[in-house]
Amino acid sequence: WEQLKEEEEEEETVDDKFLFYISNIYIYIFFFSFHINFCFREAQTFVEKFEGALGKGKGRKFYAYKVMMTKKWIKFKRDFENFKTACIPWEMKIKEVESHFGSSVASYFIFLRWMYGMNLVLFGLTFGLVVIPEILMGLPYGSISRKTVPRDEQDTAMDFSTLWDFNGYAKYSVLFYGYYNNQRTIGFLKYRLPLAYFMVGIGTFGYSLMVVIQTMAKNADETGGDGEDNDFNFCWKMFTSWDYLIGNSETADNKFASITTSFKESIVDEEENQKDENIHLRRFLRVLANVLILCGLGGSGYLIYFVVKRSQKFATMDDLGWYEKNEVEIVMSLLGLVCPPLFETIAELEDYHPRIALKWQLGRIFALFLGNLYTFLFALIDEVNQKLEEEENIKNMTAIALNLYYANVTLNGTEVTPPPIDPADVIRGPCWETTVGIEFVKLTVSDIQVTYITILVGDFLRAVIVRFLNYCWCWDLEAGFPSYAEFDISGNVLGLIFNQGMIWMGAFYAPGLVGINVLRLLTSMYYQSWAVMSSNVPHERVFKASKSNNFYMGLLLLILFLSLLPVVYTIMTLPPSFDCGPFSGKPRMFEVIMETIKLDFPAFVGKLFSYAANPGLIIPAVLLAIYYLNAVSKAYMNSNMELKKKMQMVCTEQY
Amino acid sequence: MGSSASQLTKELLSEYQELTFLTKQEILLAHCRFKELLPKESRNTMDYRVPMEKILTMPELKSNPFRQRICYVFSTSEAKDGSLSFEDFLDFLSVFSDSATPEIKSHYAFRIFDFDDDGTLDRNDLVKLVNCLTGDAPETRLSQEEMNQLIGNILEESDIDKDGTVNLSEFQHVISRSPDFVSSFKIVL
Repeated sequence: WEQLKEEEEEEETVDDKFLFYISNIYIYIFFFSFHINFCFREAQTFVEKFEGALGKGKGRKFYAYKVMMTKKWIKFKRDFENFKTACIPWEMKIKEVESHFGSSVASYFIFLRWMYGMNLVLFGLTFGLVVIPEILMGLPYGSISRKTVPRDEQDTAMDFSTLWDFNGYAKYSVLFYGYYNNQRTIGFLKYRLPLAYFMVGIGTFGYSLMVVIQTMAKNADETGGDGEDNDFNFCWKMFTSWDYLIGNSETADNKFASITTSFKESIVDEEENQKDENIHLRRFLRVLANVLILCGLGGSGYLIYFVVKRSQKFATMDDLGWYEKNEVEIVMSLLGLVCPPLFETIAELEDYHPRIALKWQLGRIFALFLGNLYTFLFALIDEVNQKLEEEENIKNMTAIALNLYYANVTLNGTEVTPPPIDPADVIRGPCWETTVGIEFVKLTVSDIQVTYITILVGDFLRAVIVRFLNYCWCWDLEAGFPSYAEFDISGNVLGLIFNQGMIWMGAFYAPGLVGINVLRLLTSMYYQSWAVMSSNVPHERVFKASKSNNFYMGLLLLILFLSLLPVVYTIMTLPPSFDCGPFSGKPRMFEVIMETIKLDFPAFVGKLFSYAANPGLIIPAVLLAIYYLNAVSKAYMNSNMELKKKMQMVCTEQY
Repeated sequence: MGSSASQLTKELLSEYQELTFLTKQEILLAHCRFKELLPKESRNTMDYRVPMEKILTMPELKSNPFRQRICYVFSTSEAKDGSLSFEDFLDFLSVFSDSATPEIKSHYAFRIFDFDDDGTLDRNDLVKLVNCLTGDAPETRLSQEEMNQLIGNILEESDIDKDGTVNLSEFQHVISRSPDFVSSFKIVL
């Protein structure tokens, strides 16, 4: 090193590649020993002395400037990284949970935080582009019929019970679809509200899709793709099973116990050959379990359908108790609570390996939630069709009434003006979109209530009882039944995913729903982290969160797609209500796009679109794109496999 | 590099930032925590080496079965007593931070598991490793035959050159395939 220095000092001409290498060498030196302090110092002063010597002659000043700018840029990037890390919310809280419960429980909170971020963006979009313009520039409350509470509801409109059901003033507000006017442009800025409403609705799905796929791709990179699972079973258990984030002695003891158990299990597994048990009995039990579970799923679906039908009957009656009004939501939430443990007990018949059993359980819970949601949707669509028929009748009635009025007016010889009816008295159509929005909002609210109450009772109250009753109870409450609760990761994550699915479905008909969800996620973060720290104990079997991450993202993607379907169906096929919402009067909701193209863009763009929108053109183009992308991705996968094989060969060849 | 001030100067801070994987906040936090471990008289000099017993009282290391090995590996004292100076401490945090590369982590993991410091993981190292992992209570320890079976399986899986020991490259080969290593080999203050 000394020699090199001397050489450099002697020579006037410096090879810039060599100097570049030296100037970076201090970074590499620290890799293996930060302790070579003196070397770093020397390297730094050496580099500083000779940096300017590069680029002799005419490029010199410019090169020095370039070097200075690069240094400043690196420093700026580092400062920005520091700032970004400081901005991440709840980092300390999550780290605390991580140190007590391990990385798998913390992964739920990280997922919650990610969802909060995504919902915040959706909230910003919806409020900024739809709600705020309507409040600022649209017609105020009470000016037209769709924005006013009907006369006969006005006395009860401010009651808490009506507001809790999202009727009364809540129904005729910016929270729901029906409030928005169908004026093409509003205010002096000529803001096109119906177009904005439509585009925000589509944009919500587009943005969510982008974000979910981006995160999936990032996760896939980190885990390095799916290699062979069981190659280094024992080695991994030895070298990677200890979670260094554990800072709590109780968790550490649990971890020791679980590691020991897993060692013993693997040893036994390895020794044991395939047990020649009664295969027929096992198969029969498995078939029986699946049949039972299918019955359970079918039963729950039917129950929901029945309850929704009944609620339609109730809607025509008066004097409903609290239970009748909220029956649908209560039943759905209860099913979500009761069925998963039921499935778990039935699954004991099947006698699978725990990891496989967990996958089956998750799949079944997923099917349960999905079935419930879709049954609810079908029942809702029935209701919508009914409302559409009702609307026809009312339209006819209004038309007749108007004609009569005009006939009277012309008879009397006065001016033909629109009838001077107070907006509160106009005969209203049933406005099915607002009804759908209200249903989704009520469902979300009751879901929130059930989740929070479950945590309060199931976790907190249980912990309090176990802690305090233990002094005067016959058996040890803490060790035996019921003991403290463990944090149910998969249940909570699935609940979060389905909640998001409901938001996606309902956001088009109730713009306020996204705001409610943002509030819910915010309070959830604080509430659940408090509940976990105060009343839960670490898992006995600590399992890994890493590979499940992409599994949950995959579920989220599936739910996104499934929630997109009903919304697209209603946009494409159902006619909007004639007297409420931003699309009223149009035959179909998407007509707003055609209208905009016709009126706001120059003529040739309209022609272009009409040619391009031909299905005969779009379908082949999309099919070709899909085929091409498929072929490219297959080629990449193949080359990936080849490279992996090569690496393996090189690795083993070395020995 | 050892400064005599009890506050980190800006140059030191940026030097540490360049040399480690830590962010500015993490370095400042480490500085605070390290000062707390120093006895009152020596709070102003950062050259002081904190003895191993003091380090082991930190909550992040208290429950870690490898805490002593960690102190020995990161210590640069001539007495080989596991005492850490501030720079050793930063070194330790840097390797265990979020942004450290998997290669660095696996290199240091190997050194931590190498109980006799001979550069390979032989049978005795692996036995000690298993005993660390199963805790101190006698009922959780593995029996002699279970231990032999386990060590045999491990060597079968990872020992490519069949010399009865696991060297650094074999270790890194195994670790690089593990999806959980990076996320579990992490300590944050």
